[in-house]
Amino acid sequence: MSTVTSASDERSAAACATATHEPAARVAAAWRLLGDVEDPEIPALSIVDLGLVRFIKPSPDGDLEVGLSPTYVGCPATEVIRRSVQDALRQGDVGNFKVTSVLSPAWSSDWITADGRRKLLEYGIVPPDQSVSNMRDVLRGTRPLACPRCRSLDTEMVSEFGSTPCKALHRCRACLEPFEYFKCI
Amino acid sequence: MSGLDPKVDSDALFRYVLRLGDLSLVLGQRLGEWVGHSPALEEDLGLANIALDLIGQARLLLTLAGEIEGRGRDEDKLAYMREQGAYFNAILAEQPNGDFGQTIVRQVLIDAFQLELYERLAASRDERLAAIAAKSVKEVRYHLRYSSDWLVRLGDGTQESHARVQSALELLWPYTVELFAADDLDRLMAESGIAPDLSVVQAAWSARIDALLNEATLQRPADRPHAWHGKRGQHSEHLGYLLAEMQYLQRSYPDARW
Repeated sequence: MSTVTSASDERSAAACATATHEPAARVAAAWRLLGDVEDPEIPALSIVDLGLVRFIKPSPDGDLEVGLSPTYVGCPATEVIRRSVQDALRQGDVGNFKVTSVLSPAWSSDWITADGRRKLLEYGIVPPDQSVSNMRDVLRGTRPLACPRCRSLDTEMVSEFGSTPCKALHRCRACLEPFEYFKCI
Repeated sequence: MSGLDPKVDSDALFRYVLRLGDLSLVLGQRLGEWVGHSPALEEDLGLANIALDLIGQARLLLTLAGEIEGRGRDEDKLAYMREQGAYFNAILAEQPNGDFGQTIVRQVLIDAFQLELYERLAASRDERLAAIAAKSVKEVRYHLRYSSDWLVRLGDGTQESHARVQSALELLWPYTVELFAADDLDRLMAESGIAPDLSVVQAAWSARIDALLNEATLQRPADRPHAWHGKRGQHSEHLGYLLAEMQYLQRSYPDARW
């Protein structure tokens, strides 16, 4: 199928410039670009670290299709992330693209990459403790979390909901510092 | 939607999806009234976060309802430009917040309902509804964990807190009957595999609520025949005031954006 660019397409100029690019190269370039897009609430992590980018693939009409998932259905960061993705791809040389919202299968905290989990901890947020295979355990409470600063297990939950829907607020009884926990979902 | 029961026309599916979406929207709006008024900052954040999740569910469901209807109404048109009689939420969701205990009782009753409903709705023959339910149920588990934790703390707390949540339970319990009172639309949805049988949802809900009430040392009130028809658009006097506040801006400045 040939690439069709209409006059109204704001990306038509860039699309011509990249028309010779192999789809695989455009996909790889898009992954690199999105690897630098920060999460608006947790800037230590990229949206790729968080597992929010579900796929990048060439669609039959020649556009790159980018699948994005929301963490929580009401998360206000979702719109910001979408705009950041559009800005990043516009500035990069990847040609026409479209961003699709992917609801199913639902995003899971299991999809945070190993690198992402390490960055979370360094940032002072305890990464998700359980796997979603244990989601039924959510209703029965969690085991004590280790404080990200002093590693003490003498910690307690202060609130089920923290500064964002995805985090709970905890407190360390040893060093007395509050800390956040990225909930398992 | 090929493969669905031909009896399920788009109007029936539209009305069913609105029942789900309106329940989330109205409850989310109610919880929003607590922002800045909660007993502690943590509860302010907790209730606001739950409200946000509920409004997120409502956005997905109302968007889907608009697509099914096919008359160009989007989530905002459906939320802001419908009259009270075109809202199909169960009446429990629109009941006033009362004190914190009353809000918690209402929340536990609806959280447990949404949990049992969505777990089964995730297997709906309508893939769009199944996807929304599968996503939402993960969040609802945290809502129920929050509300049931508070129910136990208040019920098994002081004499005063126990008496207040018990009386809130007596006040709100009669409205729970409507959640499970299946009408023709509910039966049609169950028969065609779009929604679960409400009697199955009720049994699971009832067992879960009994266990919670027992832990909270609260007495389960007796069921009474239901006289509520929010699911058909006949509401209590409370919904009109809620909608007046929620819809004020769009009614005064139609199509305003910011």
